[in-house]
Amino acid sequence: MNKNIKTMLWIAVVLLGAFAVAGIALNRGESINALWLIAAAVCVYAIAYRFYAAWIAAKVLVIDETRATPAERLDNGRDFVPTNKWVVFGHHFAAIAGPGPLIGPTLAAQFGYLPGTLWILIGAVLGGAVQDMVTLFFSTRRNGRSLGQMARDEIGVVGGSAALIGTFLIMIILIAVLGLVVVNAMKHSPWATSTVAATIPIAMLVGVYMRNIRPGRVLEASIIGVVLLLLSVGLGGWVDHHETLRSLFDHDGLPLAYGIILYGFAAAVLPVWLLLAPRDYLSTFMKLGTIMLLAIAIVILRPDMHMPAVTQFVDGTGPIFGGKLFPFVFITIACGAISGFHALIASGTTPKLLGNERDIRMIGYGGMLLESFVAIMAMIAATVLEPGVFFAINSPAGVVGKEAVDAIAKINSWGFAVTVEQMQQLASDMGESTLFSRTGGAPSLAVGMASIFGSAFGKELLALWYHFAIMFEAIFILTTLDAGTRVGRFMLQDLLGNFNKKLGETSYTPSVILTSSIVVAGWGYFLYIGVIDPNGGVNILWPLFGIANQMLAAIALCVATGILVKSGKLKYAWVTGMPLIWLVIITTSAAYEKIFSADVRVGFFAAANDMAAKLAAGTLPTDKVAVAPQLIFNQHLDAYLTMFFVVVLWVVILDMVRLCLRYLGGKPVLKLSEVPHEPSRLVENWVRD
Amino acid sequence: MLKMLKKLWCYVRHVSGDDAYEQYLKHHAEFHQATVDAPPALSRKEFFKLWQDSKWKGINRCC
Repeated sequence: MNKNIKTMLWIAVVLLGAFAVAGIALNRGESINALWLIAAAVCVYAIAYRFYAAWIAAKVLVIDETRATPAERLDNGRDFVPTNKWVVFGHHFAAIAGPGPLIGPTLAAQFGYLPGTLWILIGAVLGGAVQDMVTLFFSTRRNGRSLGQMARDEIGVVGGSAALIGTFLIMIILIAVLGLVVVNAMKHSPWATSTVAATIPIAMLVGVYMRNIRPGRVLEASIIGVVLLLLSVGLGGWVDHHETLRSLFDHDGLPLAYGIILYGFAAAVLPVWLLLAPRDYLSTFMKLGTIMLLAIAIVILRPDMHMPAVTQFVDGTGPIFGGKLFPFVFITIACGAISGFHALIASGTTPKLLGNERDIRMIGYGGMLLESFVAIMAMIAATVLEPGVFFAINSPAGVVGKEAVDAIAKINSWGFAVTVEQMQQLASDMGESTLFSRTGGAPSLAVGMASIFGSAFGKELLALWYHFAIMFEAIFILTTLDAGTRVGRFMLQDLLGNFNKKLGETSYTPSVILTSSIVVAGWGYFLYIGVIDPNGGVNILWPLFGIANQMLAAIALCVATGILVKSGKLKYAWVTGMPLIWLVIITTSAAYEKIFSADVRVGFFAAANDMAAKLAAGTLPTDKVAVAPQLIFNQHLDAYLTMFFVVVLWVVILDMVRLCLRYLGGKPVLKLSEVPHEPSRLVENWVRD
Repeated sequence: MLKMLKKLWCYVRHVSGDDAYEQYLKHHAEFHQATVDAPPALSRKEFFKLWQDSKWKGINRCC
């Protein structure tokens, strides 16, 4: 009887899911309620988790709950600790969910809500969640070794080095693009700038509190910090209305970029406890709180989505970034569908906390599903805006023109209704001077969130909600920026340690300053170029980041596929092989287009040649003449960087294929590095009790 | 209801690391007290320093 009810329930879930997916996919013309998206997502996740993930756990990975995990065997009370599964889930989710799943879907909304939504759902259940889960499993079976180490042990030195270089480069690009998003959100906005600036001393205060005033009282300190952050949003409004203070925080993009670069350097050099750790606590609390609030608001409000299912920009003429639906929707949405970066968290940190292998499905697969759900909410927040408003905020001045009238005329010519007055009213509602050409996704997400929160919890506070959303995005973007710079520094010090022992010491000051400077200079360069680029920079950096992230995912799936084949599970190799092939197709074709396309808004070389020709002919406006040589150089650099990514990817893939062929041909290959089985005492004790 | 709230509070403390020192003392009592030359348990401040530093070694934040 009980079983029958369960079966009926699952049939109902399947039917509702199919109905919801069909509803959002076939709807044309009329606006559709956001609840359909939520229903479709929840049903798809539930079915995938209950059936596909369970099948992978049981048949493909053959999870063994009686086997001791590294946390149990190597328990040292500090980094290896068997931990309650919900706690591990909390840590894992807080680590994987950054600003990526909020920004990607917002940008990809230029194609309409449908392509991005379908990719988020399908990509997550068949690709991203599988990658996270199998990487977590394989790392757990190898004492929590990192992705790079596993690649070296299982595939070879080439794979290992590729993973390492890939991680480093992706970090540089990621930090640059995130920095750019923050700069664009703060540009000529004293309110946003002062609020974001206030987060730094607040984090330091929390750091000192946790370290010295009341050591280890993490929650107390965090609560104080969160209250201060909320006050700083209000204080920003006061600064905005204050004549002299206002001018202190009213800046162009470039000085703000220099500020962020300086800040990044300071954060990498300063002790962790003073800035990085407390900021991380605050950002985690803000992130979880705000995402929950957004989910509640969407359910209460049930907003209609005004963006069409598919827009005309699938042909590659989109204003936010150039390029056709295929492959660019898959590159633009990386986090939320499949993100290689997660493999770095799933190997290394999380496996050291895992108390039992049976939790791998919930933490690896389930964690990614939740992140995917965050991406769906970002898609909703972007598409509840009127499309005209959405494009006015997100289109760079280089595409629609600097003057409001020109921008409106251009957007109207695409068939999206919006007026100058409407934009002015919106900007003043949000407490900003203008919302035109605020590229990067953060401001439009903030407007979307503010209108959802405003409608659900009170319209009078729109400006507060808007700046709250900006602060919320900025605080964890800056956390990723700090943490990433520091990780880059450690990686570089590790590398330099091979040549000079002293430089490899993480506490040796000259080495700290040298390596931090190199890392900061790396992303600082791309940030600088992004700021001076009249087309907004995001349209260059974000695809580059997407390609790098997908490349890392492909490396992780390569390692997993190689291990599956070597373990004699060739018949199941498609589980990781299928998403791998798809990733190879999209990254390779996206890279091909970015390098060779004749469209100046897509191809790097085409853009460089076009600008060089205009420069030579003297047809560039004077303000662009000064920066043109730098932009041309950068386009070339980006093209070579993209080529490098693709070459690295193919080298790893061919290495993996070579390994598999050798194994299948009966020739000797690197031995599996799995740690031998040891029975779990935790389970025995539990059974005995 | 009160029990649920209490459980939730324990979870929040645990997940945020607020009770890390108490967990450490428990671990210390379990594993090290038995031996004669066991090192004494660290003070709250010393432990927090070590805990925080080890927590921030690897990659723990993502995009």
